[in-house]
Amino acid sequence: MHPLLAVNNLVTQFVIPEGIVYAVNGISFRVNPGETLAVVGESGCGKSVSMLSLMGLIPTPPGKIVSGEAIYDGKNLLALKDEEMEKIRGKEIAMVFQDPMTSLNPVLTIGKQITEALICHLGLTTAEARERAINLLDMVGIPEAQRRLEDYPHQFSGGMRQRVMIAMALSCEPNLLIADEPTTALDVTIQAQIVELVLRLKQQRNMAVIWITHDLGVVAGIADRVNVMYAGLIVEEANVDELYESPNHPYTRGLLGSLPRIDRRRDRKLIAIPGSPPSLLVKPKGCPFRSRCPIGKEVCQMEAPKLRNVSENHRVACWIDISSGEQISG
Amino acid sequence: MIRYIIHRILQGIPLLFFISIILFLLMMNMGDPIATMGGRTTTRPADRERLKRQFGLDKPILVQYVYWLIGNDWTKIDLDGDGIAETKGQRHGILRGDFGYSLVNRGKPVLNVIGERLPNTLILMLAAELVIILGSLLVGVYSALHQYSFTDHFITTLSFIGYSMPIFFIALLSMYIFAVLFKRWGLPYLPTVGMFDPQIGKTTSQVLLHMILPVFSISAISLAAYSRYIRSTMLEVMNQDYIRTAKAKGLPKRQIIYIHALKNASLPIVTVIGLDLPLLLGGAVVTERIFAWPGMGRLFLDHVERADLPVVMGILMLISVAVVVFQILTDIVYAWLDPRIRYY
Amino acid sequence: MLTESTSNLLIDDLEAPPLTLKKLAWKRFTRHKMAMVGGLFLILLILYSFGGSLFVEEKYANLTNPPIRLSPPSLQHPFGTDTVGRDVLARTIYGGQISMIIGILAVIIETSLGILIGAVAGYYGGKIDSLLMRFTEAMLNIPEIFLLIVMAKFFGNKIPNLTLLGRTFSGSVVVIVVIIGLTSWMYLARIVRAEFLSIKENDFILAAKATGTSNGEIIIRHILPNSIAPIIVSATLGVANAILAEAYISFLGLGVQPPTATWGNMLDGANNYIESAPWLWFFPGLLILLTVLSINFLGDGLRDAIDPHSRAI
Repeated sequence: MHPLLAVNNLVTQFVIPEGIVYAVNGISFRVNPGETLAVVGESGCGKSVSMLSLMGLIPTPPGKIVSGEAIYDGKNLLALKDEEMEKIRGKEIAMVFQDPMTSLNPVLTIGKQITEALICHLGLTTAEARERAINLLDMVGIPEAQRRLEDYPHQFSGGMRQRVMIAMALSCEPNLLIADEPTTALDVTIQAQIVELVLRLKQQRNMAVIWITHDLGVVAGIADRVNVMYAGLIVEEANVDELYESPNHPYTRGLLGSLPRIDRRRDRKLIAIPGSPPSLLVKPKGCPFRSRCPIGKEVCQMEAPKLRNVSENHRVACWIDISSGEQISG
Repeated sequence: MIRYIIHRILQGIPLLFFISIILFLLMMNMGDPIATMGGRTTTRPADRERLKRQFGLDKPILVQYVYWLIGNDWTKIDLDGDGIAETKGQRHGILRGDFGYSLVNRGKPVLNVIGERLPNTLILMLAAELVIILGSLLVGVYSALHQYSFTDHFITTLSFIGYSMPIFFIALLSMYIFAVLFKRWGLPYLPTVGMFDPQIGKTTSQVLLHMILPVFSISAISLAAYSRYIRSTMLEVMNQDYIRTAKAKGLPKRQIIYIHALKNASLPIVTVIGLDLPLLLGGAVVTERIFAWPGMGRLFLDHVERADLPVVMGILMLISVAVVVFQILTDIVYAWLDPRIRYY
Repeated sequence: MLTESTSNLLIDDLEAPPLTLKKLAWKRFTRHKMAMVGGLFLILLILYSFGGSLFVEEKYANLTNPPIRLSPPSLQHPFGTDTVGRDVLARTIYGGQISMIIGILAVIIETSLGILIGAVAGYYGGKIDSLLMRFTEAMLNIPEIFLLIVMAKFFGNKIPNLTLLGRTFSGSVVVIVVIIGLTSWMYLARIVRAEFLSIKENDFILAAKATGTSNGEIIIRHILPNSIAPIIVSATLGVANAILAEAYISFLGLGVQPPTATWGNMLDGANNYIESAPWLWFFPGLLILLTVLSINFLGDGLRDAIDPHSRAI
């Protein structure tokens, strides 16, 4: 299948007074039309930074996209001029952010914030845009949509604000929605509603979704495929079922091991991964996971492993064969 | 919203009382107002006693304050010194708009004395404020959007220098450059003293011409301070999540800056400008002195010199009222701009 | 947002041994090039004013010589002479000493008052707090220059000349120090009060109270050291403001009285000589500007180094 978006060897760094932050160290992945890709990892692993890089939302300076390309619709997003990128952002690719409390402009009405993208991208008149906005708010489940257009963000609860954010993101019917931990800041009950809402809308519109999260529980429910990121690299990618069945990277195993499961025995302890991720200020050398890895060998100190195929839909970046514990040859 | 405004006004009243008490206590020791009665000849001892009683200076300070505040026409005062209060008081007190009479300008009501000078100060202030707001918005927003560029560094350094500049130094320097040196070089030069050339008369163009240097001196310093402040406020706002959202929506840069960012940044800016506005009057004292501008600042200096307490007190109270009024106005504008307070 | 959160996160995660607070502050300070330049300039200016007296006697600075009045800069008088023929260079040296001493002494008064009022208001709260804060607000509402002028008249000519270390100082120096201190403590009081309000809610204060520590001891030993950063920054910037205040009030002829020179009173009347004798006002004016600028740069760097959460206004 022809991918909707293909990212190749993306490297993003930040130059700060303390040195260089190696945030994203060369990642490649693709998103097919209509599929849901989950990107999983701890905070600071570069999952948000990589998505912001694609959208051209990294503040430069201090941020810097060092290399890479992101091909969408035959165009390299990373090389587009500002004006060309403005036409894609919000219209073709939309984004929902983590914290709905701070992501809406406090001094503009919700109506203004939803309609401005419609007016700007689709050339609607103010009246048409308002009509559309009411429909959108209806669709994401905000009661009395017409009246609420005049309200300001502080008059909405967190969950409602995230619904507004989603309505805003979907307003121009994008082909790809990037959801950057959209449920993290919300109550658990609200989280489920938001997940359900996005899934429903995705199916209605045949839209592709990249769902960034550190919550493996959410991943199992929504994703078609999963990318596991660690220290600015993709360490494992697989279909969601295959990943849960046979995780190949010790880090993925660790993540799954630290996940409470209702179908397991109560007395089984949750296992935390010992240690902490490497400093992003140090130029990466060798496998980034080596200091915390239970099965690491000498080779892991020397050179970072490349992604290798485990099966047709499953790739891992590890020098060690997880079942045998032996180093991969060649 | 109306309740909020009333609440703020009610807060302002006790504050003004506090200020008036502090000022009144300071006035008590500012020099002997009847020593020369604002003139050059020393007052005769017999007159002194009479004047003391007439002005109520023989009374305890609390009584003096009450007379000043609400007047003494409701009671009788002892004018001839025989210990019997027989003359009805004449004063109405500042609460009824009676600020007393100037000593220097024999018997002229204080409000008239101030009123003659106030417009001159106001045109200077308004012109300066206009230059400051427009200029600092322009400079501040520009350097925020071009952070780390050469122009930004240049502007930042320049604004630091301007911010540290004593107003008299910039006034003297600008006079020297634009009047003295320009004249010497045969260029068109600016006038330095007064409001107009007496030989031409008080025409609009004359006043405008004479305003240039004082307005420049007053605005340069605040302009520097405000552009620094606006720059940092804009930078802070541009780093907010909602600006990222606006960018993610694909809005054009101009729309993001002028609608999303500036509206938020204007909140702290309005506060600072509103609160500082009356403080510009402080700059006016020095500026008016240097440029011989016949405004309130110079009036204040002249009358402090001659211990004309009613006028000095009147000016100080008017300024304090202006400060408090501007604080309330600022709060109202802030509330009007920020829906989080408006709908409180 | 992004950069800041990233960099915070990274500093937390540093594998290298974490820097001590002092080292971190020093690192942040030295990163401020302008603050370093400001500090260097300030040292030079101090050397100029205080070291200068090794080469020029004060008597010379006050020596009037009418025949050579208003002579332009020359080899003999590099900064020219003033309206009564005194050497301007020598006067800027001695004037600088007085201006800087006034700045520092005034800040000592300002800081003591600010801390006292802020601490009492913040620590005790309630009626004392609201009374003190109304007073603070009232003082803030009268533009400083007007207060200074009124107070200069209030205290003027009431203090005799002082003799200290063999030198005679005009009593007006004391007056100026006191009135600048009395009219500038309000911002610091507010800062200290806010610090006290937030720190006194901490558990370690409760613990101190529970063990019966006296209020005074809690204020001085426990809370004050924790709010020292903003106080230092405010005091540093306060010196610049005090030097400016002295200059303004002396410029208006209400400040330090001659023959004691200050940078401010050297400017008194200079606006009558804008054209004929620019050296009269140029050199003292420039020195004031340089001093204030250096202190402001220094204070800005200090703020970033030791009090990074606050913001310049």
